[in-house]
Amino acid sequence: MPALDLTLEQLYEEFEQLPDWGDRCDYLIDLGMELPTLDESERVEANRVHGCQSNVWLVADVADRDGTPVIEFRAESDSMFVNGLIAILLLIFDGRTPEDVLQTDESEVFRRLELNRHLSGQRRNGLAGMVQRVRSIAAQAERNAA
Amino acid sequence: MSSGSSAAPRLRDDAPPAWNESAVRREFPIFSDPDNADLTYLDTAATAQKPGCVIDREAEVYRRSYANAYRGVYRLGALVDDAIEETRQSVRGLIGAASSEEIVFTSGTTAAINIAALGWSRRFLQPGDEILLSPLEHHANIVPWHLVAGEHGARLTWMPLTPDGRIDLDRLDEAFTPRTRMVAVTGMSNVLGTIPPVREIAARAKRAGALILVDAAQSIPHGGIDVQRDGIDLLAFSGHKLYGPSGVGVLYGRRELLNAMQPALGGGHMIERVSFDACTWAAAPARFEAGTLPIAQVIALKTAIDYVRGLGFEAIHSHEQRLLAAAHERLSAIPGLRILGPAPDQKGPIISFVTEGAAAQDVALLLDRQGIAVRHGHHCAMPLHEQLLQIPASVRASFGVYNLLDDVERLASGLERVRQRLRLT
Repeated sequence: MPALDLTLEQLYEEFEQLPDWGDRCDYLIDLGMELPTLDESERVEANRVHGCQSNVWLVADVADRDGTPVIEFRAESDSMFVNGLIAILLLIFDGRTPEDVLQTDESEVFRRLELNRHLSGQRRNGLAGMVQRVRSIAAQAERNAA
Repeated sequence: MSSGSSAAPRLRDDAPPAWNESAVRREFPIFSDPDNADLTYLDTAATAQKPGCVIDREAEVYRRSYANAYRGVYRLGALVDDAIEETRQSVRGLIGAASSEEIVFTSGTTAAINIAALGWSRRFLQPGDEILLSPLEHHANIVPWHLVAGEHGARLTWMPLTPDGRIDLDRLDEAFTPRTRMVAVTGMSNVLGTIPPVREIAARAKRAGALILVDAAQSIPHGGIDVQRDGIDLLAFSGHKLYGPSGVGVLYGRRELLNAMQPALGGGHMIERVSFDACTWAAAPARFEAGTLPIAQVIALKTAIDYVRGLGFEAIHSHEQRLLAAAHERLSAIPGLRILGPAPDQKGPIISFVTEGAAAQDVALLLDRQGIAVRHGHHCAMPLHEQLLQIPASVRASFGVYNLLDDVERLASGLERVRQRLRLT
């Protein structure tokens, strides 16, 4: 079940219409404000992703899609901008098999969106921290399936 | 003077007649650059913009009188040596030191504190000793002490704070023990703006047989420091927060103390004799000035000191307090906004806050979209944020001599727009 009514291709197109990074930030904030929120019980220390400038919580469930296990990610930050970045991560990783998640190279997406160029060191660390958490959840799911 | 937003109430305009805020601002070329026409710079606590005279002086050194310092007998070398000694004298006067030999040039506050911590601990710090810090410290006045404490088996202890973020003088004596050897305290918190009573803390340190180091990075541009009157043993500050060049800072130390300390860095200029087997050190300040100094920056630092002294610390103080009081008045009226730290009359021109429902990062980003430059994050004071204030981040606006009352208005109306944008209204 996609959390957002958007595809990566559509996001690329949106970004191309917005050559100014400030406008893209604005767009990411809008996107972030549409991100579904987590349940209060999920915003706990165990789900917190460290290394971010803002609070970020990330949880995942393994769902069954036609006999194949897929991972459904949900995450939330108190920063709407970070929620916009989370939305991008969901477009990349959500609803895919653990194997897929582990093999996906997100850096190509970040490059196309020019995130690497514009995010300051700390924000980049935060994003990397979220990707790392996504991968460790996928690795755990793969181990559990084996 | 104009009011930024027609809808907002006008602020009181009770500036002393001597202060012409638009004339001061015009001395800073960055604000007349066409690309910065909409700039509201509220991050002076991170670094101050430079007046034209400082920029010109630094360039002039490179154009007309540049050579290495303390090395050449030739004419240009002598010019540089003299100019550097003039800055030393100027710094001596600024902080009330007894002698210019007590003024060490460094690359900044961070380097100065590291040099002090290393040089002092190598000679004096013993296992079981304690270094007493305030919880208000910037990482630059925490981490060097963690490093040397770890090396020498010493430990860090912490001063008690009042709920509004001031040093709790009633309970301060409890923090001292017979093992307290060094007290390290900020002259002004870079987050809360709190101005600790340094003279009182120094007196108590002395009674306890401890030395005191003051991190004056934030307090130096506001004046009022007198190391002899206040009983300060070591003091560090940066040029760049004093409207001077980046890349230059100062470590002050009492002469006997500096000459008892070990060098922190080894290299050229800091030695007395070097042989294949051993070396002996030069006296201070050379002992702590290994390698080539930031020459043009040291020289232009004097121009910056002359500039702020020309404006006058009292006039600067009343201008900044006027901005600060206005900011407190306007921002405390914004729903969901909580100002951190003590009341305006207890602090320097820094206003840090959190906004309910809006992450610091989003607030800073959306203010930037309106040309308003503020800082967000933990401001290199993680223990203060996470352990005491229990917040991940805050937004900080800070004022300098070039700020206008209108900048406060722009911040306040900018924050209103941020709230609308995040659908908080």
